Amino acid sequence: MVGLEHYLTVAAALFVIGIFGIFLNRKNVIVILMSIELMLLAVNINLVAFSSFLGDLVGQVFTMFVLTVAAAEAAIGLAILVSFFRTRGTIEVEDANVMKG
Amino acid sequence: MTGSDFNILLPEVILALFAMAALLFGVYTGKDKTTGLITWATAAVFALLAVWIGVNGEGARTAFGGMFNDDPFARFAKVTILLSAAAVLVMSADYMQRRGLARFEYPILVALSVVGMMMMVSAGDLMALYIGLELQSLALYVIASIRRDSAKSTEAGLKYFVLGAFSSGLLLYGASLTYGYAGTTLFSGILSTLGEGVPLGLLFGLVFMLSGLAFKVSAAPFHMWAPDVYEGSPTPVTAFFATAPKVAAMALFARLVYDAFGAIPADWTQVIAAMSLLSMFLGAVAAIGQKDLKRLMAYSSIAHMGYALLGLAAGTAAGVQAMLVYMAIYVTMNVGTFAFILSLERDGKPVSDIHALNMFSKKEPLKALAMLVLLFSLAGVPPMLGFFGKFYVLKATVDAGMVWLATAGAVASVIGAFYYLRLVFYMYFGKETDGVESRMGAVQWLALMASAAIMVVGIVNLMGIDPAAAIAAEALVR
Repeated sequence: MVGLEHYLTVAAALFVIGIFGIFLNRKNVIVILMSIELMLLAVNINLVAFSSFLGDLVGQVFTMFVLTVAAAEAAIGLAILVSFFRTRGTIEVEDANVMKG
Repeated sequence: MTGSDFNILLPEVILALFAMAALLFGVYTGKDKTTGLITWATAAVFALLAVWIGVNGEGARTAFGGMFNDDPFARFAKVTILLSAAAVLVMSADYMQRRGLARFEYPILVALSVVGMMMMVSAGDLMALYIGLELQSLALYVIASIRRDSAKSTEAGLKYFVLGAFSSGLLLYGASLTYGYAGTTLFSGILSTLGEGVPLGLLFGLVFMLSGLAFKVSAAPFHMWAPDVYEGSPTPVTAFFATAPKVAAMALFARLVYDAFGAIPADWTQVIAAMSLLSMFLGAVAAIGQKDLKRLMAYSSIAHMGYALLGLAAGTAAGVQAMLVYMAIYVTMNVGTFAFILSLERDGKPVSDIHALNMFSKKEPLKALAMLVLLFSLAGVPPMLGFFGKFYVLKATVDAGMVWLATAGAVASVIGAFYYLRLVFYMYFGKETDGVESRMGAVQWLALMASAAIMVVGIVNLMGIDPAAAIAAEALVR
């Protein structure tokens, strides 16, 4: 029987993979965008699982909002990436180093 | 029912409709030729809405079943946000024009992000919180990279986007856990489920949400984006980042911990106290080595956020009041300081190197004097308003029994005073250097002088914001 805790475990695993994808990845900014998407989808699994467990529709409404915003976010991320590529000719993470902190 | 809900939401609706109308107007008429007109119109709408919200609002009302609050706390934050956004917009107009940045999208994006900020400070539900926060953030990502042909600006936009999206992810994960363990997304609903024995999942949710918000206010240890984004973005954008979004994020911080988790202050005050302590020291120490004025202001804002968080860490109404007063003073100081930084140029190119200030007092004694007042105020030197802001939060912390934290705050403030005073030293006793000039339009001059004058005159009655902040704090901390 698949219960709430299984869904939560999967979501937590995906979320952690997303975080590691952002911080351990040294290659490509596109991978970072994918990792961000993975984090948001993990949250959606959480919300839908809770919603079904609680018998409450609010979680699924929240999921719809998250999906919409994630789409807008991806569009803006890619747009910024395109203008970054135009000025630098590369999208390697290591090359984002004009400013050092 | 719905009609009265929309009535409560009217300022936000008006501003959103204005932004869309301005976008259509800009696209169908002169494109970038309309920039000046749209900029001033946007600033006028901000100012009118601020007056309307400040004068007209009374009592506490909720709309859409508690998802949206209109209370004194939200109104205080909204007036601060609108006025500072209007000031930054008009004072950067001629800078944008001179640097070929006068795009008509800029004021429209600022207007949209301000709609998001107004949603944030009024949020009464996790969904409203998320939508407001994202509306603000998405607009800010774009304006950080508005100088599309500059490697620095696009890199700043990219870094801001990645870390901002990451922090939204953290916040959202916390929101999902909170929803699951509290069974509702309404703040009032979450508050009523907190009783004896708070479930662990709810505490995890709280910590994730606090981390996500700490990113947005750039509190240490979640500050790493701030220096790069401040340095890389065009200076008017940096000025905007340092003012209105900070107020909105701090207000949202307070809104979340009090409205949703007000019953378990012991669980979040220690987290906030730790963040505040780290921010104050990191901001003070890391700024010492900086050579770039904008980067320096980034660390300065990290330190200032630490002091504002002190007020929240106190966990009392007096603490929230001190936080609100502090944010209002901080925003005023930053508007003046950035008006000055915007005006610095060498051979027609903007400079932000701190050595550009060398012997500035010889060239422009009045501006140097105004800047001296602002820097003293930022450092918290006694006769200026900035001192009273710090004094208020430290007093609230001491009254709440956290003497160690207040002591640490005072120590950090002394360390931080070094780099502000060093700038004053360069201006008055530095080495002679070549032709840096300060070219100011009337608006920037007015912003600089007014902000410096407020720092001195304001000590009489804190510009009358103290009673308003007290009412706002009482509305939040029940």
